Amino acid sequence: MNLVTFSGPPSSGKTAVILKTIRALRERNIKAGVVKFDCLYTDDDKLYAREDIPVKKGLAGSLCPDHYFVSNIEEVVQWGRKKGLDLLITESAGLCNRCSPYIKDIKAVCVIDNLSGINTPRKIGPMLKTADIVLITKGDIVSQAEREVFASRVRAVNPDAVIMHINGLTGQGAYEFSTLLDTEKEDIKTVSGKRLRFSMPSAMCSYCLGEKRIGEEHQLGNVKKIELGDEDEEQK
Amino acid sequence: MKSKNNLQELSLAELIDKYPYIESFLVEQKFPLVRKDLTILEIYHQLSEGEKEDIVIEGEEFLSRVSAYIENMQDFLGEKETGVELLSLLAGNDKDGNQEQYERIDIKTGEIVALLGPTGSGKSRLLADIEWAAQGDSPTGRTILINGEKAAKEWRMNGSKKLVAQLSQNMNFVMDLSVEEFLCLHAESRLLENEHELVKKVIQKANDLAGETFSATSQITSLSGGQSRALMIADTAILSSSPIILIDEIENAGIDREKALDLLVGEEKIVLMATHDPTLALMADKRIVINNGAIVDFIERNNREKDILRDLKAVNDKLAKLRKELRYGKRPSLFD
Repeated sequence: MNLVTFSGPPSSGKTAVILKTIRALRERNIKAGVVKFDCLYTDDDKLYAREDIPVKKGLAGSLCPDHYFVSNIEEVVQWGRKKGLDLLITESAGLCNRCSPYIKDIKAVCVIDNLSGINTPRKIGPMLKTADIVLITKGDIVSQAEREVFASRVRAVNPDAVIMHINGLTGQGAYEFSTLLDTEKEDIKTVSGKRLRFSMPSAMCSYCLGEKRIGEEHQLGNVKKIELGDEDEEQK
Repeated sequence: MKSKNNLQELSLAELIDKYPYIESFLVEQKFPLVRKDLTILEIYHQLSEGEKEDIVIEGEEFLSRVSAYIENMQDFLGEKETGVELLSLLAGNDKDGNQEQYERIDIKTGEIVALLGPTGSGKSRLLADIEWAAQGDSPTGRTILINGEKAAKEWRMNGSKKLVAQLSQNMNFVMDLSVEEFLCLHAESRLLENEHELVKKVIQKANDLAGETFSATSQITSLSGGQSRALMIADTAILSSSPIILIDEIENAGIDREKALDLLVGEEKIVLMATHDPTLALMADKRIVINNGAIVDFIERNNREKDILRDLKAVNDKLAKLRKELRYGKRPSLFD
């Protein structure tokens, strides 16, 4: 079984792109399944189920979704193998842009949309920077100039990646993209022992542990302060 | 590939001197530019953990990225010499797997080709084949040749170097910028040298196409439908890097469509136009007819069709005149 991790900001079009991609894979008799990671709520599993795509969802709830992902990925891989999949896709929304669920030697795809603004590529961090393939969506509603500027910004953040434009609604580009997912026949039996491409945050503070009170005396552990400057500086 | 070892020995100052665009790349990567006398790796090893985390990519690998970026940019800057003069389609199959009834269709720079066929007949699929420079590996099995040869791989994989630029009715400007700021941003992303001259040209050409004029300081989001279309067309003709332009209809209102097409082909582009409008279809030099997923006909415009086009234009002119008269509260003049 092959494994691909999908990530991207909420509402960037991950599910739409994956659905269209799986349709294209089916034309070539490749059996794909999806595990959707989310925080509090998702209905996307129903969209997959409606097309008879094997699917499971995992809600992180009170945990950070990327921590939840990495603590569960091995079990998810075993589920995919048991289902007899040729390709397992994990889908997770990047939320604070600090982390990414990408694993070394496992294909990583970032989905990002043209509508999110041209400064978004530099805000996203590891999720975009360390992806192997970047898919840009919603190109059908913005001008050619905006598409070109956006793509060049993506290229400046991640010069190594394959960058493709995909339309999640019509599926334009999905067939072409799907051919990149099964190039090498890999047989992944386990991800135990593999490594994340980028570390999770090293911070651990009182609020991570459930503190609710505000104020200096309640702040313990790894605390970072905003630089506001002092009054002298403002007068200069 | 730019050998990594080569870059490894250059100081930051030397590197920037040799490849000026690398400076903005490093800023984008949050790489500090203070000690320009040191090499990239030397600087990297002196960074704090926090700074390293901001850069995300580790030392050696970061150097490979710098090298990949330089390589990309060199391709990008040298791209004018690898212009597209001829686009060829080699036959594939229709939706039922039957072979298309042509061997090869050639389209030259400066030609306008209309794509005709009922909705769902496969116009978008043909576009996708061209965009992907298909090599018999798309659902239609078609092959696309560029200048008579198989297309280079980077047309597929490099988001900033695309074969096809697209213009359609439902495209909008979403950036909150003035016309001039917007065009400068587009020109900058392509590292064009005579940026200001080109920006001025785009604005002037767009105003030629639009009925009502706008200025360089107008906000792009506040332009009228006709003005937006005119600006998108002029910008795509002059500032886009893509040699092939695909148009999905051009609405009749607020823009001179014939001038728009002249502008696009005048800038050495190949224009493919999906349309249901007879005037637009007859403005094209050639027509590709699509049905059931296959190209069923490739027709060159004849003299009789040119005459029909002239009549159609006269009708359109009359309608435009009538529209204007009614809009300004006049009684319609004679419809002779």
